[in-house]
Amino acid sequence: MRQYKPKDDVQKKSYFSDRFYVTPSLPRLDPNEDEQFAKDYEQFSSKIKVKEAFIEHTHLVMYIDKNAVVDAMTCLRDELEYDMLMELSAIDYLAQRDGFEIFYEMLSISKHKRIRIKCFLPKNEELESVTSVFKSANWSEREMYDMFGMKIVNHPNMKRILMPDDWYDHPLKKTYPLHGDEAASWYEVDKIFGKEARDIIGPEQRDSSAIDRYDTQRFARLGHEVPFDTDITEGEPDTPISYQEEDSTKIMKKLNPDESVALKRRR
Amino acid sequence: MAQHKVNYLQDGGAPIKLTTIDKLVNFGRSNSIWPMTYGLACCAIEMMATGGSRYDFDRFGTIFRASPRQSDCIIIAGTLTKKHAEFMRRLYDQMPDPKWVISMGSCANTGGMFNTYATVQGADRIVPVDIYLPGCAPRPETLQYALMTLQKKIRKESIFRAHKKKRLI
Amino acid sequence: MQQPNRLKPFFENINFEREDNTMVVNFGPQHPSAHGQLRLVLELQGEEVTKSRPMIGYLHRGVEKMAENMIYNEFLPTTDRMDYIAATSNNYGYALAIEQLLGIEAPRRAEIIRTMLLELNRITSHLFWLATHSLDIGAMSMFLYCFRDREYALDLIEDYCGARLTHSAVRIGGVPLDLPANWIENCESFLKNMDEEIEKYEGLLTENRIWKMRLEEVGVITPEMAKSWGCSGIALRGSGIKWDLRKEMPYGIYDELDFDVPVSETGDAYGRYKICMQEIRESAKILRQLFPMYEKSESQLMAHAPEYISAPKEQVMTQNYSLMQHFVLVTQGMRPPKGEVYVATESPRGELGFFVCSDGSPYAYRLKARTPSFQHTALFEELLVGTQLADVVALVANLNGVFGEIDR
Repeated sequence: MRQYKPKDDVQKKSYFSDRFYVTPSLPRLDPNEDEQFAKDYEQFSSKIKVKEAFIEHTHLVMYIDKNAVVDAMTCLRDELEYDMLMELSAIDYLAQRDGFEIFYEMLSISKHKRIRIKCFLPKNEELESVTSVFKSANWSEREMYDMFGMKIVNHPNMKRILMPDDWYDHPLKKTYPLHGDEAASWYEVDKIFGKEARDIIGPEQRDSSAIDRYDTQRFARLGHEVPFDTDITEGEPDTPISYQEEDSTKIMKKLNPDESVALKRRR
Repeated sequence: MAQHKVNYLQDGGAPIKLTTIDKLVNFGRSNSIWPMTYGLACCAIEMMATGGSRYDFDRFGTIFRASPRQSDCIIIAGTLTKKHAEFMRRLYDQMPDPKWVISMGSCANTGGMFNTYATVQGADRIVPVDIYLPGCAPRPETLQYALMTLQKKIRKESIFRAHKKKRLI
Repeated sequence: MQQPNRLKPFFENINFEREDNTMVVNFGPQHPSAHGQLRLVLELQGEEVTKSRPMIGYLHRGVEKMAENMIYNEFLPTTDRMDYIAATSNNYGYALAIEQLLGIEAPRRAEIIRTMLLELNRITSHLFWLATHSLDIGAMSMFLYCFRDREYALDLIEDYCGARLTHSAVRIGGVPLDLPANWIENCESFLKNMDEEIEKYEGLLTENRIWKMRLEEVGVITPEMAKSWGCSGIALRGSGIKWDLRKEMPYGIYDELDFDVPVSETGDAYGRYKICMQEIRESAKILRQLFPMYEKSESQLMAHAPEYISAPKEQVMTQNYSLMQHFVLVTQGMRPPKGEVYVATESPRGELGFFVCSDGSPYAYRLKARTPSFQHTALFEELLVGTQLADVVALVANLNGVFGEIDR
């Protein structure tokens, strides 16, 4: 029987795990450690319910409920002066927790500080778009939908942005293999030539270490390696460098390698 | 009268040999290859640098034309993605015969380092390629050498190549 | 003879019955202005744009997915190919993010070499921008001049790391190589040459009537628009907001260096052009300050963190434990702590940020690259409405978008 390979995370995993190694975590500090963040946290949590908050590596990270996202963004922009949404994306935790963890990176130009707002979106639920608050979320949310497949409501133009419009499945999910599934591997052949051409063109060559039997003749000396400075020319003379064949037209002058001068230094 | 060694009845009596026209036409074709600017990714920068003043591409007789209808060579410089493959084929179809394809860089040859879902594993899955240039990104001198190799290849061809049946890819 | 295939001519897909008089123009994914693969579908009323829809994704190579399948060190050359014009800035942004995740600091000489490469990359990137921008507007000889100067800078970078375009010149923890002999003298002569050339380029373009007519009052980005759309870098500074990450939230050794941040009050394309030219001068100023700092630094090049970073080559080749650790780090990969970091650096295009979510395994759990050109291209939806068609070409060139970055 073949080994059962679980399909819920098909990305490459380390084949060796250290039995006694305990992974350290980045330290998480209380928000009151930094005075600017303490003030912001107080102001923010008086408006929006915060599930968890800590300082991790110069960012104040706050977990909120997914329904409060638009209010949170409005509060951050208008009252707390965090007026730039730098980034918005998701992390796939479908296998562990059955949902996505969405994060919003905010930057405040006046305060020189960054805040990350995180919320958890269970698998089949919808997320409200923050495009009405920050316009940069427009394309970021489209990309998030394209890559992960969650549903976003109230977005002005919810279409795929990076993949073609008729692509099947969402690429950045952990269940999607790096090389693409069956539909992906024949996408361009089907689109341009049709399914009949699949046999003519053949499947994709995805194995980066593939060697075929002509390699020893054409390129490599696999299996017949010799020490470094052994002569393998078998008595054949050196191929002279020529950029034009012998019987080309008489009008053009041929390059004579002896007459050319090799510059030692670029001018 | 029959002392001359010239065979007047050769080639049906015509005094001109066809191979000389072959060579003349190929001389013209090879020394004025007009590539289409098809820069997709990083290799496009090296192609532009080849067109710059240090590695002058113009001295080979090439003029970069923007439109496929006016060019006879296409240098696929950069990664071909599956979203773009349709347009690549469309542009190739729009080029008039005779046309050649130079695939520049690892991404166009075989998909390169991007062994992912969205990359076409080699432009030769879509269009028939004449010259492959390895490198990531290949140096401008490599592109010049590729063009010279293409010129050699063109000079060896028969001029009625355009009427032969084209391969699919 | 054509081989028949499935692609029908496009006009069968366009609906010709329109109520109003607008014409739909497709600036397809291949167009002669050398900006990569932007597809802009414009609706024109006469010569004026009424609706613009930029479409991207034609260079999406799945870089973020690759990051989940490669160890951290292995992913570094892939970051090169994202913003392929200033490759070291991507490498540095990524290496800085991982170093801050690990909690290590690169030694001083490594930081100095990295900063030198970063500023050299900034100069080449701005020269490339000037070359393609001028080519699009019509000043074609600028293309050749700027590429000539760019070749001198690429010679320097090639001397250092061997590659002209895709450098991978930094590693997580430092740099692998020290500067070769005479590099600093060559760099100084390059900068001297560059000073004269910049004067010539400014003399050619800045007071040029045609240049000003093409660029003044075109593509005005108001500060509110810039902040709402998440612009950064030159687009933000062109609107009057003085924000440069190197000065405001400094990283590396930028807090010890003395340079100005040019800002323009008008939000138009001409202001951004002037900022670019001034930034080349500022980068040259930074480079000149770095040379004496390099002389005085000690010669350690990689950080000392045996858990995460291999020992230098001399040790790996002679000491057994270093070799064993190097082997494990290369085959399996290093295991960083669990956690998430977002580190932003100032690339020539704007704020380039790397968000790394690590779960302790040698492969990143999620890596998102926040690239500035993505938001700047999103801006086209609003910026191009109301402009003339010729201005569209000027703006696409002016906003400095690189498609490797946008699509990743």
